Amino acid sequence: MAKKPVITAKEAAAMIPEGATIMCGGFLGCGQARAIVKELVASGKGGFTLIANDMGRAVGPKGEEFFGIAELIHNKQVKRVVATHVGMTPEVGQQNTEGTLEVNLLPQGTLAECIRAAGAGLGGVLTPVGVDTLVEESPFCMGKQTIDGKDYLLMKPVHADVALLGTYKCDEAGNCWYKGTMRNFNTVMATAADLVIAETEYVVPVGEINHEDIHTFGICVDYIVEGDRK
Amino acid sequence: MDRSEIKAFIAKRCAKELKDGDVVNLGIGLPTMIPHFLPEGVELVIHAELGIVGAGAAPAEGSENYDPYHVVDAGGSPASVACDGGFIDSASNFGLIRGGHVDACFLGALEVDAQGNLANWIIPGKKMPGMGGAMDLCVGAKKCIVCMEHTAKGNPKILEQCKLPLTASHCVNTIITEMCVFQVTENGLVMTELNPEFTVEDVKAATAAPFTVAEDCKSMLD
Repeated sequence: MAKKPVITAKEAAAMIPEGATIMCGGFLGCGQARAIVKELVASGKGGFTLIANDMGRAVGPKGEEFFGIAELIHNKQVKRVVATHVGMTPEVGQQNTEGTLEVNLLPQGTLAECIRAAGAGLGGVLTPVGVDTLVEESPFCMGKQTIDGKDYLLMKPVHADVALLGTYKCDEAGNCWYKGTMRNFNTVMATAADLVIAETEYVVPVGEINHEDIHTFGICVDYIVEGDRK
Repeated sequence: MDRSEIKAFIAKRCAKELKDGDVVNLGIGLPTMIPHFLPEGVELVIHAELGIVGAGAAPAEGSENYDPYHVVDAGGSPASVACDGGFIDSASNFGLIRGGHVDACFLGALEVDAQGNLANWIIPGKKMPGMGGAMDLCVGAKKCIVCMEHTAKGNPKILEQCKLPLTASHCVNTIITEMCVFQVTENGLVMTELNPEFTVEDVKAATAAPFTVAEDCKSMLD
């Protein structure tokens, strides 16, 4: 069995260089590698590009100050955001207006599929979503194509230097299982980055996750971090 | 009607659009009230874009299925899964949306126009919340229903042509407000129902797009 190294959140953060492009799984902080993000905040490193559905929340479910990657934004460690919705973190709009944060917004299904494409070895995605909208002017849009009379946008694959996964259980071989709505963008992101770190609430022995229930395969995971249990 | 009564009135009318077993995505705000008004015998499969096909009711704090760190809705609030529902990843989930497996989506609008174009995700230079899953839903759902107050601070939201950046073009099938119901047709807007509290002239004054009145235009209360 090929065991994957279990490291601390601090060690994981130390592997991520200044200016890295980081994919963060999670939806409003649910299913996000929040312990690693905390250490990235503490590291003070900056110039990051964040790719995520949203930028987390300023307040957590039980009143926590910052929940997920919102803290990296508030701490001004991010230079560019690729996301679908940033309405829960007004700080993003504010820094964008001030000219210090570049924001690229993509439709949620398009972002998921472009990440999937990068991880699945595809050269792009043809989607009808975004036709006749500002998405046509996005740096990720390579133009329009008409197939059988219907218009599609050709979108570029989205790849990153690092993917941070937020999982519930991860076995020693790196196989992951997500509880509830934690899965969201994590499964595609696990396939679309050079370095993949899975933060998990429980590191479990191999065999504890049923073979049929593995959502992210350990072959995609480089390191495991045990985070907070919720 | 005060604003909360207006919202409930619109949600109640939206519920009439649905039949038993429909797969439905409900936008944040007013649309989430629709399930409260379903006719007896109509059960929906609620589709939630962050990863639930068949969502249940919002769980009360302290209840067995209350899990705000692992099971949430698209607004980040605690959610639950129905007994016949399940969890799904984002790429597969949006495949379901684009692939036409969602029967209807209900969402609000900043502007909607006579061609069925919808704008609801950005006000350039002022607000940029983002489109989230709205563009995918407008393009992929079989029916796209805009439910909203007829005007914003007295200003028409139903226009001849949207001025704000679009969410999607030619996507809206039906517009439901506290004043009336419009169907979007090839010949423009057709009013098919009117709230008897208002006259056609009232609707004309509150609408910045031309429309026709269906011959069999009914009362919204019927």
